[in-house]
Amino acid sequence: MASTTEAVDRIRPAPVPGPARPGRPESHGRSAALFLAPFVVLYVLFIIGPALYGLVMSFFDTSMVKPGLRSFAGFDNYAEALGSSDFWHSLWHTIWFTILTTPPLVVLALVFAILAERVPRGRWFFRLAFFLPYVLPSAVVALIWLFLYTPALGLAGKIVTSVGLTEPNWLGDQNWAMVSLAITTVWWTLGFNFVLYLAGLQEIPRELYEASAIDGAGPWQQIRRVTIPLLGRTTALVVVLQIIASLKVFDQMYIMTDGGPNFSTRSVLQYIYDVGFTSYRTGYAAAASTLFFLVVLAISAVWLMLTRRQSLGWAAKAGGEG
Amino acid sequence: MTTIAHPAVLGEQEAPAAHALAATVDRRIRLFNRCCAGILIALALIWLVPLAWAVDTALKPNAETTKITWWIDNPTFDSFRAIIRDTDILNWYASSFITSAISAFGTVVTGSLAAYALSRMRFRLRGVVFWFILIGIMIPQQVLIVPLFRELDSVNLLNTYWSVALPQIPLAIAVFIFKQFFDGLPRELDEAARMDGASFFRTYRRVVMPLCRPVVSAVAIFTFVWSWNNLLWPLLAMTNPKLMTIPVGLATVQGTYGIRYADTMASAILGALPLVLVFLLFQRRIVEGIAGTGLKG
Repeated sequence: MASTTEAVDRIRPAPVPGPARPGRPESHGRSAALFLAPFVVLYVLFIIGPALYGLVMSFFDTSMVKPGLRSFAGFDNYAEALGSSDFWHSLWHTIWFTILTTPPLVVLALVFAILAERVPRGRWFFRLAFFLPYVLPSAVVALIWLFLYTPALGLAGKIVTSVGLTEPNWLGDQNWAMVSLAITTVWWTLGFNFVLYLAGLQEIPRELYEASAIDGAGPWQQIRRVTIPLLGRTTALVVVLQIIASLKVFDQMYIMTDGGPNFSTRSVLQYIYDVGFTSYRTGYAAAASTLFFLVVLAISAVWLMLTRRQSLGWAAKAGGEG
Repeated sequence: MTTIAHPAVLGEQEAPAAHALAATVDRRIRLFNRCCAGILIALALIWLVPLAWAVDTALKPNAETTKITWWIDNPTFDSFRAIIRDTDILNWYASSFITSAISAFGTVVTGSLAAYALSRMRFRLRGVVFWFILIGIMIPQQVLIVPLFRELDSVNLLNTYWSVALPQIPLAIAVFIFKQFFDGLPRELDEAARMDGASFFRTYRRVVMPLCRPVVSAVAIFTFVWSWNNLLWPLLAMTNPKLMTIPVGLATVQGTYGIRYADTMASAILGALPLVLVFLLFQRRIVEGIAGTGLKG
């Protein structure tokens, strides 16, 4: 699922256009219906419909292996999820993963972008190195890192022992597994934030650096006084997009640890997957999905409020580019 | 791209002292920038290690992979041959390609048509439709897997390309990206075409769409890549090994290689290859697309 800043900001000030025939407002109802139909039909079938269906299901004892909604359960599914330690644990794992990944993914991306901004040549090389992993499928990333983390045979252990540390049991130790998954994720998705920051850096007027240099500011002061404050809006955007993306984690855990060891890395999406498709408790899984959706929604709402306040700036920045 | 270095030209009336100060600052900044380059190159090389190690391992015979060394005694493509021969990877390629192409094409066409109506047409309920589609941005597909599965199961669409491709087409964000772009185009362009008697569709097709190549390609590339990389939904929808997409196939056979690490790495590289090509071909478009729209998968 995607998200954007400018798009949402620019949608508000949209005066209704029309052919320039003053005094005779013309309605394009039929054409509009035809243009909207293909999208709206698929949208209702595959987004809105399932969303409502899921909401209804969450109030029933629906089962994957039996037809129909079956008996009405009221709020029982919700009560059960909220009282289930498995649900809370998986929600906590997802949040823990978000806490572990968001700071490095924001800070390192910022540092890398500031460094790259000061290097005139070889842009393509840095983009290749940092961004290429982002376009790889999670399964490819997982296979490569499973091998790197292989006890005694993996490169990660070799690197750690070569600097005199003891190799942790990367994915097999409950205390380490989530950290290892976070390292993999930082490697995998940092490039996206890096590119967002590079774009933000382009917006800073050269003259500000020149002026500060004339005032005798060294490079370190320039970064602290000019670059980082002026990147504030980009940082707000990167942080919230990153939090939302991290909350939706599923792939890494599913492939690399299958939620283990001892369920210590089972994310909330995998919990939903397990109860819905392994235990066949569809109604209950739908209720858990709704609760998870509310968490993501609350954070998205914060993001919308943040960007709304900045909408003028974003709209100006977006220009004509898509 | 200019870099940050020169305190630029000082006014003629500036005192020599200012020149001296500027020269010192200039030298300091240049030295600093050189350090930055060194650090960044080191970081980039570190970032490339996992991929390089995967390629290196895939070129070893399986027996050599237990030695942790970059050196290969007997380089071979055997692992790649084995993967192509022993797995359904060619089917997975086809499946990934077909479903991703349908998704990308469908998203671009349906999204831009809807956006054109919202941007240029006057009709009742326009505001309602607008907000109705806006809601979609908030709903991650991941929370819909359970009802979506039952829905497609009930019409017997599971284990078809359609079950993977169709649900990925209605991407609300694409509508808003297109709308944003259309709103930025001068209205005179398509109004002139409309005055000449062209229908809305003709105007859209012949006047507006040719002007939005950059946004079309950004949306197409992104939806293609996301669709290609999607794991959760195709994992549920495709259980027939012949129909699996690349990520599902790789996730499923993961672990069946045991200690044949070269084979495992070869399968990872073969799975990565198409997207590496997409990246190399469209590098600039992808980066501009992110910068311009803040798209995030």
